[in-house]
Amino acid sequence: MTIRGKAHIAGAYEHPDRKIPGKSIAQVHAEVALGALADAGLSLSDVDAYFCASDAPGFGPISMADYLGLRRLRYVDSTETGGSSYLVHVGHAAAAIAAGKCRVALITLAGLPRSQRMPRTSASALAPEAAFEQPFGPTTVSMYALAARRHMYEYGTTSAQLAAIKVAASRHAQHNPNAMLRTPVTVEEVLESPMISDPLHRLDCCVISDGGGALVVVAPEVARDLPRQTVKVLGHGESPKLADNGRIDLTYTGAVWSGPRAFEEAGVSTGDVDYVSIYDSFTITVLQTIEDLGFCEKGKGGAFVADGCLEAPHGRLPFNTDGGGLCNNHPVNRGGMTKVIEAVRQLRGEANGPVQVPDCEIALAHGNGGSLGTRSAAATLILGREDA
Amino acid sequence: MSTPARSLPAPAPAVNPETKDFWAATADGRLLLKRCLDCGSVIWYPRAICPQCSSLHTEWFEASGRGRVYSYTINYRGEGAYQDCAPFVLAYVELDEGPRMMTNIVEADDADLAVGLPVEVVFHDTGEGSALPRCRPAAPHTHAGS
Repeated sequence: MTIRGKAHIAGAYEHPDRKIPGKSIAQVHAEVALGALADAGLSLSDVDAYFCASDAPGFGPISMADYLGLRRLRYVDSTETGGSSYLVHVGHAAAAIAAGKCRVALITLAGLPRSQRMPRTSASALAPEAAFEQPFGPTTVSMYALAARRHMYEYGTTSAQLAAIKVAASRHAQHNPNAMLRTPVTVEEVLESPMISDPLHRLDCCVISDGGGALVVVAPEVARDLPRQTVKVLGHGESPKLADNGRIDLTYTGAVWSGPRAFEEAGVSTGDVDYVSIYDSFTITVLQTIEDLGFCEKGKGGAFVADGCLEAPHGRLPFNTDGGGLCNNHPVNRGGMTKVIEAVRQLRGEANGPVQVPDCEIALAHGNGGSLGTRSAAATLILGREDA
Repeated sequence: MSTPARSLPAPAPAVNPETKDFWAATADGRLLLKRCLDCGSVIWYPRAICPQCSSLHTEWFEASGRGRVYSYTINYRGEGAYQDCAPFVLAYVELDEGPRMMTNIVEADDADLAVGLPVEVVFHDTGEGSALPRCRPAAPHTHAGS
């Protein structure tokens, strides 16, 4: 059994704000839930499945379900894989719909890291590895810097090549009125920005933003009766990448496994993909992922991105046309939700005009949660236009 | 030009029954590793199960304390206990026994840092019955095979 064509994304909504003082986290979850349901032409009373990750305040999925008044639930899933959680949720929702367990699945993400101090949940002191890592002072950026350094050592990747990824994202963000960073930057400006954790500069890093987003995944018979164009879920793959008994390899991501699984299920290949949303916590995340998904040869990502091929609408591989996490939005330090949302916009022809990919029929969205430098979880979705 | 010696904090790790032998040895200046008695795999980080073959039969042995830098970064933005001591060097060191261990590189000039740099373990006392295994550039004569 596959999920190909057995579920549709009917609603997608990105919170327009990047700083949200004066609201609670639960309140922002509710705002994005209502936004996505309105986009789909549905209401909370239609929802029979709820998906969230650890950004949802309270007891797994239960507290938010109670807050929202989701009285008809027959399926819940609070799978937590960091920033890729929401792509995993789309895959799980599609599988549950295909199995007849539910018909209308709501997925929400929201948080306020800029407006409210948040406890760090990623570095639990109880994790079995914690004592062998945390005392040495790892930070999120430094773990990706270790991956960048090793990729540079093995393949000759340069900081200027990484900077080209930020440049492309910034050129897209100038067309997004809601983006945090709307001014295009040059390779030189990236390289001259302060070093955060060598070799990653400030402009190699994503933004930190309040906000969130939501998706509504529905059965095909529900999609048929809705007023809006929907997007077909064609394929999904997910794959944790572990530290491998201390033989960690920092030069690749779990996309080497999640990508082929998603492509196989969708029945398409890299050459069929018109648009990609690639997880961009840092520029190195994009570079490794593009290689691992097979868009270029392993180790050649630097040369691949340096010639402007990521730029919409006419590059060979237009990516992150909303500006991505690097320039637009990385709500709650989790970029997976916005990756799916922009892919939906592209397939509906609703991206910002100058960056809309012409005749966009097949899109790929990819998320990576956790840390490239230790343990992570990749998830790949292949989505198709309603007539695909 | 030499880099000023970095003074790093030595936050105490959380110790539990599974790892107490490891941390007790660090206080004596010894780096212990686990070996699987069934498949022979050297296990890192230390744990009761062999993640290679699922065996629950493991033993401690003393490591050479030598290795090479697998990757490193000079971090200019420390957090938590490291908030005021940046820049400092975070690294993975590939021990001669095979595992890649997260650690800090100390007593090294920035200009000498390199992937492949031979290093040796030094222990920094946490003051709570344990010591952090950090690494410094190996004296040339102490590194076998270099």
